[in-house]
Amino acid sequence: MAFLDVANLEAFYGPIKALHGISFSLEQGGITTILGANGAGKTTTLRSICGMVKTGGQINFGGESIGGKKTEMIVRHGIAHVPEGRGTFVRVTTEENLKLGAFSRRDVKGVAEDMERVYGYFPRLKERRNQQAGTLSGGEQQMLAVGRALMLRPRLMLLDEPSFGLAPIIVQELFEILRVINQEEGVSMLLVEQNATLALNLADHAYLLETGRVVISGTSDEISADETIRQSYLGY
Amino acid sequence: MTMPRFRRASIIVAFAAAILLPFGLEDFSVFQLTQVLYLSIAVLGLNLLTGFTGQFSLGHSAFMAIGAYTAGIMMDQWEVAYYWTIVPAGVVCFVAGFLFGLPALRLEGLYLALATFALAVAAPQLLKYEHFEKYTGGVQGLDLFKPDSPVAFLSNDQWWYFFSLFFGVLLIIAAWNLVRGRTGRAMIAIRDNPIAASTMGINTSVYKATTFGVSGIYCGVAGALSAIVVEFIAPESFTFIHAILLLIAMVIGGLASIPAAIIGGAFILYVPNFSEAVVDSFFGGDPSSKALVWISFGVIMIVVVYAMPTGIAGFIKRNLRRIAR
Amino acid sequence: MEEVVQQVLGGLATGAIYACIALSVVMIYQAIDHFNFAQGEMAMFSAFIAWQLIDWGANYWVAFFVCIVISFIGGIAIERIIFAPIHNAPIFTHIVVFIALFQIFNAGAGYIWEFTIKEFPSPFPDRLPFDTTLIGPHDLGMMIITLVMLLMIFLFFRFTPLGLAMRAAAASPESARLVGIKVGWILALGWGLAAAIGAVAGMMIAPVVFLEPNMMLGILLYGFAGAVVGGLTSPGGAVFGGFLMGVVEPLAGMAIGSELKLTVALVVIVTILIFRPSGLFGRVVVQRV
Repeated sequence: MAFLDVANLEAFYGPIKALHGISFSLEQGGITTILGANGAGKTTTLRSICGMVKTGGQINFGGESIGGKKTEMIVRHGIAHVPEGRGTFVRVTTEENLKLGAFSRRDVKGVAEDMERVYGYFPRLKERRNQQAGTLSGGEQQMLAVGRALMLRPRLMLLDEPSFGLAPIIVQELFEILRVINQEEGVSMLLVEQNATLALNLADHAYLLETGRVVISGTSDEISADETIRQSYLGY
Repeated sequence: MTMPRFRRASIIVAFAAAILLPFGLEDFSVFQLTQVLYLSIAVLGLNLLTGFTGQFSLGHSAFMAIGAYTAGIMMDQWEVAYYWTIVPAGVVCFVAGFLFGLPALRLEGLYLALATFALAVAAPQLLKYEHFEKYTGGVQGLDLFKPDSPVAFLSNDQWWYFFSLFFGVLLIIAAWNLVRGRTGRAMIAIRDNPIAASTMGINTSVYKATTFGVSGIYCGVAGALSAIVVEFIAPESFTFIHAILLLIAMVIGGLASIPAAIIGGAFILYVPNFSEAVVDSFFGGDPSSKALVWISFGVIMIVVVYAMPTGIAGFIKRNLRRIAR
Repeated sequence: MEEVVQQVLGGLATGAIYACIALSVVMIYQAIDHFNFAQGEMAMFSAFIAWQLIDWGANYWVAFFVCIVISFIGGIAIERIIFAPIHNAPIFTHIVVFIALFQIFNAGAGYIWEFTIKEFPSPFPDRLPFDTTLIGPHDLGMMIITLVMLLMIFLFFRFTPLGLAMRAAAASPESARLVGIKVGWILALGWGLAAAIGAVAGMMIAPVVFLEPNMMLGILLYGFAGAVVGGLTSPGGAVFGGFLMGVVEPLAGMAIGSELKLTVALVVIVTILIFRPSGLFGRVVVQRV
């Protein structure tokens, strides 16, 4: 079984079915991206993994079934979610946000080490450690969101449109750091993106969603290379 | 039987019962029935506000007080005959309700509950205020005098019953029309989605304030009737506890339904008395056993709200529909 | 002049109690977006529990702390058992449940301990160590105890991880879940704290207004007024508002007579809610369409 194995996942918002039984998987240490237009169900997929929506089907992580569990318990399995809109705690400081990321951990020393490491990746956060998080720029808040996720020492990181609303140069910086995190710390990543080029560049595998169904899957090389796919689905 | 026919039949039966009942009962029971009547009118007023436009009031005891004291002062100070006091009481309360409801527009559900809570808590103290004493009678309240029944074949209690029934029926019919007509649909729209309602051109502000005023009318008339029938009003008859009672009656009886108000009215009157009788016989008439009754009200309310979100009348309605099929 | 100072100091003392109630109300409001109309009755019930312990022979301070613990646990229990199941229910359900709780505590106290007025002991000495006519020993003691408690709570929220978690959960429950915070239990903790704070308030004011089931209604109203004035989204503001209302009370009394105190609170509440609903220190909550 793969590290993250999702089979026939259905998701419901009340009576409305948003995902119609999708299946995909992620190998340990890999980066997979989920692409698709607005409303395709990408965010819903991430939220389903985290137990934030009502679901049907199977979700297995590290060999354990996590479908139907509560969000706060799923997180403790080692899944960190960087949500759409970043979910920053705006009225507490940058450093407090990071501390909150490690809330479920008991190893004080490890937490302190991880905090230093996060400041290493994002020196700008260190500069603003005692500032109220709401006063940070969009790019900085995104870095804070990623940093907070890292404070969990996650095995899997879910990222929901991290490039959204950011200047291209910041996005480049951010994605470089994501690559480093993946390679040096072995954190697996499931990345939802609308910016297909960026995503295909970083990820090794990709799935394309359309109205709650997987329509295409493959390695990112295959998908980038395929002209028809690019033109019909990715628009370039 | 189809539902409309069943409903029509039950209305006729209820109306006939209402007319005939007092002749078969002894005077004190008729008096109690009259109390059920005007309490039902008050609950109906609260029902219109909450059930139909989703606004909450924890302060309708204050509106009953306004109606009662309006009637009382008119009878006591200006020696107006009792039958002329009902309409003015209603009008004064409409204005009071409208004026309270107007600024309350800005207050969403919870804040309105808080404001009306404050109103209910402050009202008794205001009524006891010494500078108003010459009108309100202060702490002792007002003793009123009501003349005997003007109709030969009706006893006093029967007369007051029919007097109250007259206004009750009038107000029930008014409520019925209000609910079924355009105003009613607007009110329900406001309750379900105020923002969408306003985009559809419904002037939510005016409707909300008006509904407050209208529910004020009902409580005002109920208050006036209570003043006349009981011949006595005092600040301690209109406390926050009374507002709670109205709320309890509405919840038990069910929201958004006219029969509900009647069940609710009966509930306020009969269940406390009945429970107290039961409790008295078990615990030997101990005054703090009354408290046991109140505790059970609290528990019952919680159970009702958990199990039957639309209250007893709503529950009955749904089951009736099933039976009627 | 001396009389004014006396009134103001006395007002600050009762203001401390209003501040406690206001803080409890705001804490619960921040947690579940609802007003705890039963806050006063819970505090009264706690005071009765303390009275009973003292009546059975316990030392005042032992009873004081045991009562706080019992109230804390009680608050947690009420949240977990009664409010957790109706978390997503409409406003009306919540209001009804709060009023039901009001009834249960009020009548419960009356049933267990009767409605007759009782004396509640003050732990403070009859005379102050220094000479002054400006303030009485109980008032001064009341202020000190509540200030110490408020300080402890402030330190808890600002400097402990749990306090941080509570702030986070109140601000953004979904994000809090994403970092593994068990939001349900955090809410329960908030309730426990609110109940404990209320217990202290009840025990401190009981010697002044005498212990009986209906003692807290007016105090609750002033507590609400304080919370509204300070801003319902600001615990610090609530505390400030409570003290402010404590001072306003006697000053208004001097201006328009002492029999309209509740009306003063009513006017304050309605005026602030209409003209400045966010209060002095709160934030305006924007309703998204």
